Amino acid sequence: MNKMNKIVKKIKISDKIFKMTVEAPLIAEERKAGQFIILSLDNDIAERIPLTIAGADIQSETIDIIFQIAGKTTKVLAQLEEGDYIANIVGPLGQPTEIKNYGHAVCVCGGIGGAPMLPIAQALKEAGNKVTVILGARSKELIVLENELRQYADEFILCTDDGSAGRKALVTEPLLELCKSADNAPDMVMTIGPPLMMKYSAETTRPFKIKTYASLNTIMIDGTGMCGGCRVTVGGENKFVCVDGPEFDAHLVDFDNMTKRLNSFKDRERQVDHHCNLDQEIAYLRSIQKDTSN
Amino acid sequence: MNKIHEDSKVTEELITKLNSLHAKERMQIPVQEMPMQDPVERRSNIKEVALGFSEKQAIIEANRCLQCKNAPCVKACPVNIKIPDFIKKITEQKYSEAVDVIKETNVLPAICGRVCPQETQCQSGCVVGKSLKDINKAVGIGRLERFVADYDRKREQEKNNKVNLNEVSTSSKTTKKVAVIGSGPASIVVAADVRKAGHEVTVFEAFHRLGGVLLYGIPEFRLPKEIVEYEIENLRKLGVKFQTNFVFGKTRTLKALMEKDGFDAVFIGIGAGLPNFLNIPGENYVGVFSANEYLTRANLMKGYNQEQAHTPMYNAKKIAILGGGNVAMDAARTAVRLGAEEVYLIYRRSMDEMPARAEEVEHAIEEGVIFKTLCNAKQIIGNDDQCVTGIECLKYELGEEDNSGRRRPVAIKNSEFTLDIDSVIIAIGNSSNPLIKQTTPELELNERGNILVKENQETSVKNVFAGGDIVRGAATVILAMGEGRKAAAAINKALK
Ligand SMILES: Cc1cc2nc3c(=O)[nH]c(=O)nc-3n(C[C@H](O)[C@H](O)[C@H](O)COP(=O)(O)OP(=O)(O)OC[C@H]3O[C@@H](n4cnc5c(N)ncnc54)[C@H](O)[C@@H]3O)c2cc1C
Ligand SMILES: Cc1cc2nc3c(=O)[nH]c(=O)nc-3n(C[C@H](O)[C@H](O)[C@H](O)COP(=O)(O)OP(=O)(O)OC[C@H]3O[C@@H](n4cnc5c(N)ncnc54)[C@H](O)[C@@H]3O)c2cc1C
Ligand code: SF4
Ligand code: SF4
Ligand code: FES
Repeated sequence: MNKMNKIVKKIKISDKIFKMTVEAPLIAEERKAGQFIILSLDNDIAERIPLTIAGADIQSETIDIIFQIAGKTTKVLAQLEEGDYIANIVGPLGQPTEIKNYGHAVCVCGGIGGAPMLPIAQALKEAGNKVTVILGARSKELIVLENELRQYADEFILCTDDGSAGRKALVTEPLLELCKSADNAPDMVMTIGPPLMMKYSAETTRPFKIKTYASLNTIMIDGTGMCGGCRVTVGGENKFVCVDGPEFDAHLVDFDNMTKRLNSFKDRERQVDHHCNLDQEIAYLRSIQKDTSN
Repeated sequence: MNKIHEDSKVTEELITKLNSLHAKERMQIPVQEMPMQDPVERRSNIKEVALGFSEKQAIIEANRCLQCKNAPCVKACPVNIKIPDFIKKITEQKYSEAVDVIKETNVLPAICGRVCPQETQCQSGCVVGKSLKDINKAVGIGRLERFVADYDRKREQEKNNKVNLNEVSTSSKTTKKVAVIGSGPASIVVAADVRKAGHEVTVFEAFHRLGGVLLYGIPEFRLPKEIVEYEIENLRKLGVKFQTNFVFGKTRTLKALMEKDGFDAVFIGIGAGLPNFLNIPGENYVGVFSANEYLTRANLMKGYNQEQAHTPMYNAKKIAILGGGNVAMDAARTAVRLGAEEVYLIYRRSMDEMPARAEEVEHAIEEGVIFKTLCNAKQIIGNDDQCVTGIECLKYELGEEDNSGRRRPVAIKNSEFTLDIDSVIIAIGNSSNPLIKQTTPELELNERGNILVKENQETSVKNVFAGGDIVRGAATVILAMGEGRKAAAAINKALK
């Protein structure tokens, strides 16, 4: 099982967003829509970060990840090139999305949320749903994965905050219109994106009692239920996003607490970033990725 | 002070007389104290606290043993190490032979010598301790075990530096394949014993590094990771294969391992996992961690080295730890080392009932941990940003004995008080990991989610065995190893 974790393809989607195709035979075979991996870039001081499996190919034994540069790990990851190795990838983790024919499924995504939505939209489409994708971004330059998502959408609604592309609106506006419509109301809504967006999407569908799921992106370490760092309050109960989720009934999630918890290390992370000599770090990490190839 | 210095005349004199002493005289040999790192100094480093006996100390301590015929200490050790025999070898300065005696039943003496709760196990039975009416004056069995194991390891390491690794690894003699899930102490023992029987062994571990709780739970200052790595390296030399980043049930199911990948037997040693919470208000505020998360960040992810590590530690100066076991002590002492100014340990019962090893409690006190016994958290208080600012506690008193024989703590009405703190670490125990239930329904579990096994550690599925914390609930290293031993024997028998 030596054929592991080699980056076979790298595409720059936008300034800060990259797609990588990585050899991971076991994960490619087992994964289902909605699941994720955890990766780290060395065995020593690197952090473990979760990323959704955006796609997989059993024949070529690869998985796709799409990520946005957020902090240190994603910044270094973005510097790796085709032929480099990612030291550690573990998965598939989390519960798969419950895929069935709901009727009209509406996928609401914002920012990098389009990446985790991709395999879900695909699976919903394949299960016979009418799929509507609502994709939001702050402005035109920040729109990502539009073409990829369009492939699976019967109806596609693009919104930007500043109106530089598509409708000038927040994603919740077209969502509300759909909820109110007599013949096109959603039977199920899936929302993935910044916590605030997910919260307001949930508030939009709540009065209509439409089943709404949110895929949560908490801080994680192990991804196997051991640390409790990913815990969220759902319907007053403690749930672990890595083993009980990542998808939950959006009407029951305490998004305020989740948002606050996501920022637990904000001051530290900026500090660390400030101190480090990134070039050196990248050179070092790249040399390590090569070493682990066998 | 009983401490004997290396250079003191007393020692020299004693050593020359040692062999000819009578039992009565032996009982008068002073207890050898463990050399320690200075409490003030060690507050700011993660190096091992207990430094280990010198050779002379070991010889003197070994001579305190009366070589009892019925040796109650042996019965009190969960794996029945032939304690008088190995101690005798130390008095003869045959340290490698001493290790061989231990290794007949315990393959990880350097680890057990450090982390076993000796005062409730081997040393609780010791005749010397009983005669002197002080458990602390029992023969230092664990310390002697550690001494010979360390001696042996250093010698082996020197030897191995000159040996080509490839020459050492053995090829399998049988065509049978065994999968060992998890890499904690139970799994390490199984891998070694099954491999020695000639079967092909692959260890599958969820984390990116090997060793289980020995690596990510128990801190460096109590168990240097170098020792764990040495033991793993020995397995590698035996020809055991390792696959990290592999989550049993997720990356591969039990069925796939046996039917697709052709493993003839499987051992499941995945530990206890899931951290318990108290279910009190404020438990999900920013700054509240399970001990598992806190210790994993600090140990596995090297959070103690904040200059370099990428995994951040929460910035806190006043920390409250909830719990009274080894895990709570480890969290408290780690917090001290990470620069907390005030560390409180909040425990429901009194000092006497505390389940942590006596030595750890003592060390924690020396390092300045503030013990708040007979009280418990009622709620965690936070500010508008939901960051922890305090903890409200209730005082307790001890009531009737419960069925565990311990007196039950009862809350005292209207005894609330508040501590100003900025972080809380919850160390009130672990339950079994939920993944096993989700992914492997064919295994029979008890109501607490632990895997049910027969006398020989076999589960409800044929040729699938289990042992350690996933079977017993959170227990000890030596008990996990004992079960590993039994399971390995059963596996070797099943594959005959
Ligand atoms: C199940 C799951 C699936 C995910 N899938 C994807 C994906 O497909 N693509 C993608 O780009 N990202 C995804 N994320 C988010 C991704 O894990 C974080 O962006 C990443 O951990 C940041 O790491 P870093 O070291 O680069 O940044 P850090 O230095 O760790 O953090 C930078 C900033 O991001 C914030 N942050 C930290 N962790 C997270 C997090 N989990 N989510 C959001 N913000 C965070 C921090 O507060 C900090 O301000 C997913 C998260 C989860 C839990
Ligand atoms: C902080 C702390 C301090 C302790 N101090 C002491 C002490 O002083 N003395 C003492 O005797 N005992 C102590 N213990 C208890 C002792 O460590 C455990 O009883 C012992 O480690 C259990 O061994 P195990 O082999 O059953 O499992 P673990 O050591 O728990 O190892 C299980 C391994 O399985 C892996 N795993 C889990 N799920 C999966 C999966 N699905 N697939 C693959 N791998 C998986 C885990 O990552 C882990 O590496 C302490 C425990 C803790 C947490
Ligand atoms: S009981 Fe104590 S004195 Fe007797 S053999 Fe055991 S260790 Fe030695
Ligand atoms: S294994 Fe543990 S209990 Fe047994 S003799 Fe050694 S220290 Fe004592
Ligand atoms: S990430 Fe550790 S329990 Fe979920």
